[in-house]
Amino acid sequence: MSSIVVPKLKAKKKLSAVDRKRRRSELWRRIKRNKMIYLMILPGIIYFLVYRYLPMYGLIISFQDYKPYLGITGSPWVGFTHFERLFTSPEFWTIFRNTLILFALQIFVYFPIPIIISLMLNEVRHSLYKRGIQTLIYIPHFMSWVVIVSISFVMLTLDGGIINSVLESLGFTKINFLMSAEWFRPIYIIQVIWREAGWGTIVFLAAITAVDPQLYEAAKIDGANRFRQIWHITLPAIRSVIIVLLILKIGNVLELGFEHVYLLLNASNRNVGEIFDTYVYVAGLQQGQFSYSAAVGFFKGVVGLIMVVIANRLAKAFNEEGIY
Amino acid sequence: MKQKNQATRISVGSKVFDVINYTLLGLIGLITILPFIHVVGSSFATSAEIASTRFLLFPTKFTLDAYRFIFSTDTIFRALGISVFVTFVGTIWSMFFSILTAYGLSRRDLVGRRALNFLIVFTMLFNGGMIPTFLVVQQTGLLNSLWALIIPVTINAFNMIILRSFFMNLPQGLEESAKIDGASDFGILFRIVIPVSLPSIATISLFYAVTYWNTYMHAILYLSDSTKWPVQVLLRQIVVLASGFNYDGTAYTDVPPPEVTIKMATIVVATVPVLLVYPFLQKYFAKGALLGSVKG
Repeated sequence: MSSIVVPKLKAKKKLSAVDRKRRRSELWRRIKRNKMIYLMILPGIIYFLVYRYLPMYGLIISFQDYKPYLGITGSPWVGFTHFERLFTSPEFWTIFRNTLILFALQIFVYFPIPIIISLMLNEVRHSLYKRGIQTLIYIPHFMSWVVIVSISFVMLTLDGGIINSVLESLGFTKINFLMSAEWFRPIYIIQVIWREAGWGTIVFLAAITAVDPQLYEAAKIDGANRFRQIWHITLPAIRSVIIVLLILKIGNVLELGFEHVYLLLNASNRNVGEIFDTYVYVAGLQQGQFSYSAAVGFFKGVVGLIMVVIANRLAKAFNEEGIY
Repeated sequence: MKQKNQATRISVGSKVFDVINYTLLGLIGLITILPFIHVVGSSFATSAEIASTRFLLFPTKFTLDAYRFIFSTDTIFRALGISVFVTFVGTIWSMFFSILTAYGLSRRDLVGRRALNFLIVFTMLFNGGMIPTFLVVQQTGLLNSLWALIIPVTINAFNMIILRSFFMNLPQGLEESAKIDGASDFGILFRIVIPVSLPSIATISLFYAVTYWNTYMHAILYLSDSTKWPVQVLLRQIVVLASGFNYDGTAYTDVPPPEVTIKMATIVVATVPVLLVYPFLQKYFAKGALLGSVKG
């Protein structure tokens, strides 16, 4: 790209004043010709400026002691005080650890499941059966987290929940799943799997359709059984897609789902469940520490941005070398 | 002879593989869907059956008590009405601005197109976060208004990009011939581009609609007035928070049905609309999701 731009810039310098003027009027003509198009995108651009960029400007309150009645222009500056408070508070390390553990669960427990299911679906020869299963496993993706968590609650609750009834009838003692710190993480990741694993197969199934069927025929003649066919043909074919998605997932390390975690949190699991988003919500909107929680959000946003940019670079590098 | 043996062995192994694979997939599908069936089944059950039956999927005695109870006050009607309003108005609002922006940015001859694209894509990578966004919503006077659930999420950058890349893939000749015939840019968009893009527009509309129906976070952030809560917030109040059920309190004078069935019924009411559009979603969504994953 840069190799194209550079000579253009050099050429521009050599242009005479007349040429430059002509060029500018040409540009102006092109803009004027599309004035209706600019009118079309104007509301959209205004939306992004007001509700997306103005909050970014608002992040400067994390260097202030923001008071609602003083506003952004009137509030006193405090430098990095809020960031210092964040990094020295014991809560920071709790949140950091919680984030890392939930993230590890996402990578090591959740991530392989859609791959395995799509490999299994690919082996189904009756398309009606395959489509039937797909229809069923995509459904939870369209349910809100409130619905997912609510259904879990009524099933896991201590008195009358179906899971505890089963445990009891099998001779086990009941477990207070919802009020226990140990069960927070398993419940979190099971809900993630329930809601997203089916939907997550789509991209892998699409990658599999690109595999040449003749490869399977050849493998069959060579006596490869179904597992070997999967291992040596299907998996290598979707390897680059797996790598790209894994990298992108790592890039989104901090996106663990505010709604989901917030719905699960209560007094007895806060210690293992609190993540940056829920901390911002409680400190900012419930306790009114606007500046401090904006600083926490700012920190989270910057780390997230760096991770996403690195991840995207890596994904692109892999994609170019990959099979496609 | 040996070869034939091997061939039959492979096909036997293959058959065993198929049986196991089909069974496991069937189980996965079943596990995914059983909680929903359990909830729907329980919502129609009587209190006696809830107390005695352990593995309830389909009640033997069918009753509408739980539904009669939750619809005996206006609480759930109001919440449903708000959700329907936000879903309809929000989807139309979002689609209107998304289509305009997506079509504008799909025009290759637009000066500044790359910069504008970057302006939008960057918001997918970084945002001001919860607190500064809250302050902007407050400053623009949306707090405690239902528009707070719509205006701050007018355009989903992801959906807009899917639409834009669809418009860009339309044949160029389509627009050019219309231009020669003297059609204006708005004329081209509304009379040519939109009619030929209806499947994609339907897909993105359904994505927006599901998001609006499921809206929860913005409601708890921006609406403190409980009479303006959409159904998702009400559901959370009833199922997750409620220690004692308190729909309205006074209106119901008979003995209320068991708490459990009321919770189940409320879940069903909050879920059914999404299940109703699900067949339509399914028809188009794989395409949309794929486009998204390529672009994202």
